[in-house]
Amino acid sequence: MNFFGTLSIDSFVQTSAVAMGAQVFVIVAATGGVLWLIFSGTLDWLWREWLTSLDHKRIGVMYLILAGIMGVRGLADATLLRTQQATAALPSSGYLSAEHFAEIFSAHGVIMIFFVAMPLIFGLINLVIPLQIRSRDVAFPFLNSLSLWLTVAGALLVNASLVVGQFSAAGWLPYPPLSELAFSPGVGVDYYIWALQIAGVASLISAINFLTTIITMRTHGMRLMHMPMFTWTTLGSMLLVLFAFPLLTVVLALLFFDRALGMHFFTSTLGGNPMMFVNLIWAWGHPEVYILVLPLFGVFSEVVPTFSHKKLFGYTSMVVATMAITALSFLVWVHHFFTMGAGANVNAVFGIATMAIAIPTGVKIFNWLFTMFRGRIVFKTPMLWFMGFVSTFVIGGMTGVLLSIPGADYQLHNSVFLVAHFHNMIIGGVVFGFFAGFTYWFPKFAGFTLDERLGKWAFWLWVTGFLVAFMPLYALGLMGMTRRLYVVDPSWQPLLIVAAVGLAIILAAVAVQIAQLVVSVRNRERLHAGHNPWGSHAPEWAPLPPVDRTHNTGVAMCIGALAFLGGFGMVWHMWWLAILALAVSAVLFILPPFKHV
Amino acid sequence: MPVLFPHGVVASQESALIVQATLLMLIVALPVFFLLFYFAWRYRASGRGRHMPNWSHSRFDELIWWAVPIEIILVLGALTWTSTHMLDPHKPLSPAGDAMVVQVVALPWKWLFLYPQYGIATLNFVEIPTQTPVEFQITADAPMNSFWVPALGGQIYAMPGMINPLRLSADSPGDYHGVSANYSGAGFADMHFNLRAASRDDFDTWVASVRKGKGVLSAPVYSALRVPGVAATVAYARVQRGLFDRIVGQFLDAGSPMRH
Ligand code: HEM
Ligand SMILES: [Cu+2]
Repeated sequence: MNFFGTLSIDSFVQTSAVAMGAQVFVIVAATGGVLWLIFSGTLDWLWREWLTSLDHKRIGVMYLILAGIMGVRGLADATLLRTQQATAALPSSGYLSAEHFAEIFSAHGVIMIFFVAMPLIFGLINLVIPLQIRSRDVAFPFLNSLSLWLTVAGALLVNASLVVGQFSAAGWLPYPPLSELAFSPGVGVDYYIWALQIAGVASLISAINFLTTIITMRTHGMRLMHMPMFTWTTLGSMLLVLFAFPLLTVVLALLFFDRALGMHFFTSTLGGNPMMFVNLIWAWGHPEVYILVLPLFGVFSEVVPTFSHKKLFGYTSMVVATMAITALSFLVWVHHFFTMGAGANVNAVFGIATMAIAIPTGVKIFNWLFTMFRGRIVFKTPMLWFMGFVSTFVIGGMTGVLLSIPGADYQLHNSVFLVAHFHNMIIGGVVFGFFAGFTYWFPKFAGFTLDERLGKWAFWLWVTGFLVAFMPLYALGLMGMTRRLYVVDPSWQPLLIVAAVGLAIILAAVAVQIAQLVVSVRNRERLHAGHNPWGSHAPEWAPLPPVDRTHNTGVAMCIGALAFLGGFGMVWHMWWLAILALAVSAVLFILPPFKHV
Repeated sequence: MPVLFPHGVVASQESALIVQATLLMLIVALPVFFLLFYFAWRYRASGRGRHMPNWSHSRFDELIWWAVPIEIILVLGALTWTSTHMLDPHKPLSPAGDAMVVQVVALPWKWLFLYPQYGIATLNFVEIPTQTPVEFQITADAPMNSFWVPALGGQIYAMPGMINPLRLSADSPGDYHGVSANYSGAGFADMHFNLRAASRDDFDTWVASVRKGKGVLSAPVYSALRVPGVAATVAYARVQRGLFDRIVGQFLDAGSPMRH
């Protein structure tokens, strides 16, 4: 047996200039970062105050930093995709090869969902939930830290594929048979599997943690029907994680058995069935989109009353709607493959179940609107993000209902109309919702507010950029343009150039947001905020008794590092490394001297 | 925009459905947009709207916005039920079963079409008569794909070991773009075809001319097609007997191919 498994010197060879550039960039950035930490003397401080911290606030901030770094990567990928499609109108074939383009859209999707959107919501949840239910911390602070470091390990595995080997080129959900060894012989799909296995377990642990926290650690007298809406929607979201993520773990494990052990769960031959993969992965995948968006619905339920200076309208309806969405989101996954050929009855039932979700969602929107009604609305940036959210989300909701009608979906499925729809929901809902929550809660943790002027600039640039980047895709979809094309028909090029301009505007918006952070930190004296700058009545704004320092432990981070090594061992078939990493992690996790739960 | 301005009966029904559903949804969406901007303007801090900070509950109002979306979804749901049955890709377009059959194989990265009633085959292009129901019997001998001719109607997946039928028909003669809709590997973007709809006479003439050609789709020729790569268009005058059944059946140990 080979000590290095399937790894060899050739694994480091990248074939294209762009890939080589990325490889060099990652190596330089990683070594540069480590060297800087060591020689600037910050490492010690970083280790004591942050990396080993079990404080939910610090863990929350680290999640957000992870999302920020991976967001830059995801945006860089989006830029490559957009510029390729804008320039690759036949007979020109642009500057990316077909294989490389596929790797990039796969990486973009995976990174944005698992390592940007998920860390964003876990960051917010970590920061706010304990304060909102007024508990000292989460139920299991050590597991909380473990979740963070496992997520980081997953993210590192994705980036390691830039240096050694390559990433999956089979899309953000690797449908077999394409993702089977026969058609994807490289290590790309294995990187995908192990990055997601590790990050998936992290999400599951977090869900257990926050469910326990919300159920058992609420302050005295906070009954369920007294919980703030953000706590409710987090509860819904974490319930979905609890029931959905085990499915992901199983389906990825089966795919790995196929690839590494020659089994036949999802192959076309010897009794395997690729349709089963599609079915199972979407049984996780649809709840996943609600896992992402539900907490942001909660954010808006906090933001709108605060800036309208009025109580939230229809609290009970809101709770009912949240729980209805939670339950319904498990009953609709078939809408992702109406075109697989199921019978009309099956398709119709799942189509109708899908559009039923529009009912509680619509109710939520009306309740927010009627919170504004007879209010006194101040348009600080969080409220602007709410306006942006409703304006865009309604469009995405309408196209979503269209896609849920099987007869319409036959013509829209797998086209860029679909790409426009889900970006519409994710950017309008999750991303804008996050910005609202971030700006809203920022002063709670930093002690000063973010610069309003730059915030408004960022808002207008984001909304414009989003519309310019994605509305053309709806039209292109109706023109018959399918997704994932590295070369395109010349008749589509004008609109693709418009979409690329939209992305440029989004990049400008992000630049303004970075400037906003820098400027605000610099002007923190002037932006100094009292303990409740927006005059909110929500519990998290009331002053808290000082928390006695929680203790620290580096064990979680060590297990994270081991998970990275173990995942790397799995990818390259270095079984000894995987087994060793797992064994050492288990020892660290179980042995009493290291126990810090 | 072939999806909204199509050339086939199925696609026409589908585009009508898209338009109808969009209009229905606007019943809810337009008020939302209106209320959003009206309230924002009317109740802005410097505005003249009345301020009632504790008005947070009204059973009647809430009933309205539970009821209105429910009504709309009931209507849309009924529309979904009937349209899904009407547009079921497996349902024959004409009761008599007089459809022309075209067998379709998604290969890495080419489309192969067999015409069992005529004994011919074509690669990367397909020709059908207008005003005639056509039953495409779709399978794959490659990673899963999806067969889509936007001007004629919606798509269906092409999967190994299975036959997925799709019924379409073209109203008027013309050349329509056919595409792969489900990512199938590196050659995916180059894997498309032209569908020509011709009048019955022109179609018959075309079939006769193909039959006069020399190309034969034999087992070795087919094996070469299975090698990943893109290819030009080809017409085959004859096809080896039983080829399609063997393509579908190769994935099964025994028994007949799964039919949907
Ligand atoms: C911020 C601006 C963004 C731009 C300009 C952008 C652009 C793109 C492009 C060009 C594609 C490929 C479309 C195609 O297949 O033809 C894509 C795919 C995708 N994007 Fe984004 N994206 C953005 C943000 C996001 C965010 C925030 C998320 C999720 C949190 C996301 C998730 C995805 C996913 C899941 C795919 C599908 C990947 C696949 O086909 O496997 N994107 N995006
Ligand atoms: Cu879904």
